[in-house]
Amino acid sequence: MTDRVPLLRVKDLTKTFGGVTAVSNMAFDLQEGKLLGVIGPNGSGKTTLVNLITGFVKPTAGRIEFKGKEITGWPPYKVVSEGISRTFQMVRPFYQLPAYKNLIVPLYSPRVKKLAGGKYGNRDAVALDLLEEVGFERDAYVSYKKAGALPQGYLKRLELAKSMALRPDLIILDELFSGLSLAEVSSIVPIIEKLKTQGKTIIMIEHRLKELFRIADRVMVLNYGRKIAEGQATQVMESPAVKEAYLGSEAE
Amino acid sequence: MDRRKERIDRGVKARSVDIFALTSYREMIYLLIPGAVPVVGLLCFTPLLSDYWREVIISTAIYALLAMSWDMLMSAGLLSLGQSLFFGIGSYLAGSLNYYAGLPPILTLPIATLLGGVICTVFLLPVLRLRGVYFAMVTLVLPLMLSRLVEATRILGGTEGLTGLTSFPNQLTALFIIELALLGVLFGFRRIMGSDYGLVIKGISDNDRSVMSAGLNIYWYKTQVLFLGSSVGCFAGAFGTHMDMFAGMPGFALDYSIMPVAAAVVGGTGTFAGPLIGAFILVPLSEMLRALGALRIVFYGLFLVIFVVGLPEGIFAYIQRKYQQIERWVDVS
Repeated sequence: MTDRVPLLRVKDLTKTFGGVTAVSNMAFDLQEGKLLGVIGPNGSGKTTLVNLITGFVKPTAGRIEFKGKEITGWPPYKVVSEGISRTFQMVRPFYQLPAYKNLIVPLYSPRVKKLAGGKYGNRDAVALDLLEEVGFERDAYVSYKKAGALPQGYLKRLELAKSMALRPDLIILDELFSGLSLAEVSSIVPIIEKLKTQGKTIIMIEHRLKELFRIADRVMVLNYGRKIAEGQATQVMESPAVKEAYLGSEAE
Repeated sequence: MDRRKERIDRGVKARSVDIFALTSYREMIYLLIPGAVPVVGLLCFTPLLSDYWREVIISTAIYALLAMSWDMLMSAGLLSLGQSLFFGIGSYLAGSLNYYAGLPPILTLPIATLLGGVICTVFLLPVLRLRGVYFAMVTLVLPLMLSRLVEATRILGGTEGLTGLTSFPNQLTALFIIELALLGVLFGFRRIMGSDYGLVIKGISDNDRSVMSAGLNIYWYKTQVLFLGSSVGCFAGAFGTHMDMFAGMPGFALDYSIMPVAAAVVGGTGTFAGPLIGAFILVPLSEMLRALGALRIVFYGLFLVIFVVGLPEGIFAYIQRKYQQIERWVDVS
């Protein structure tokens, strides 16, 4: 392993809600350009981890460093400005707006303006290009349809496009594949692979293990808020702790 | 040669979204009429009315400003039940500047508008994180608290209020000032909400967490909207004060909170033109029903119910739809 500063470093991160410890002493490093898969049973603290990194929830203890800078407890808009964007497990589009207008909001952010050298340019055109990148057919009516009228598959793509619009260095995808058909998933996988070749760092929270293992460089397994395994996908799944978490302890 | 009906706006829409490549005067007129109606109606038609009806128009315009201010706050998801807070603050500011410092309306109006906007924004800043009913409750209570404060401490004239303030030179001047303000706010707000900035504001009311994750500080945007909305409300209050030559506790009255909401709901929210139309129907209607005496409220309430049940989307949305559906005969060769 190289000893360069990782893009994201999480140290001893803990979050308790009342008496429940959602995330406990979590620690991991993520090198630039890598895809980290995060798996674990329901309620194992995956989404809380995302909320902690992106600033939607403040940690009880611990440190988060991004590009060597501490960002622990920063509000979401500042975290985004540093270059971390996310999608929501439950899609959060602007239902009243046409699909492409949904992207105007992230394109309006100070980060995008800064990266464009102070100019915004024609946001509508950028938005339509982005939608095409995530699989909206070019010049099809679907891009102009109200987000409230889009089917789930398109809403997930829109969610992905919204996070891509911010031109982030790190994208966190929170169960992007949940609720999608096999065909839809296999059409989104190439988009994520393309992001990887562009050098983006990605964290994927996923229940669809087969697709995840194909693209992930490393996999981390959580259970009851703790990291119980980390490494190559195949190794991780062989670990007894993971087997127990997923299949339950064997009867004696 | 066959003929068929075709909607006028089809071609106009397709060609006028980004680039204005209109092909005929007819199309230009079609696009200009909706903007011209309020301008011509207000500036050319209202001065011809009798003194009494001009007075009605002026008080209508005050309510219309409050209603558009309410609509602006609503665009960002801020439900205000306390438009009288803005009216009262604007009223007392302009009143005391005139009463104690002797400033003429030409100075008190802009000062009360801007300073009032700042004061109201600061008042509501601590509760900006609240949404919906919770924000509404605070806005409802604040003007009541302030009016009791004036009563108890006897500051600013106490229950007597500040009397004998400077009025406008004549009724026509006052009419033009308020109508220009009304048009400025109408077109200004519509322009703001039609821009990408407006999309962000709408996004906040639609889904605030999504706006947060888009790298935007929603509290900063809400603060800006609050300032815009409250300064328009304060202008209405400052204007009303000089009109009545009086600033007092009635400025915090519930009328100024309820009527704007009713006007916005009847006219159609989120359009600014809707609240304006709503105010121009409800306020004169209430005047006309004056002859009915005690039955006035009954009929007034009845009209309100008819409007809300009959046109739940609002009068403006209905007119807009009908206008867009206007058809003309075209030759099909």
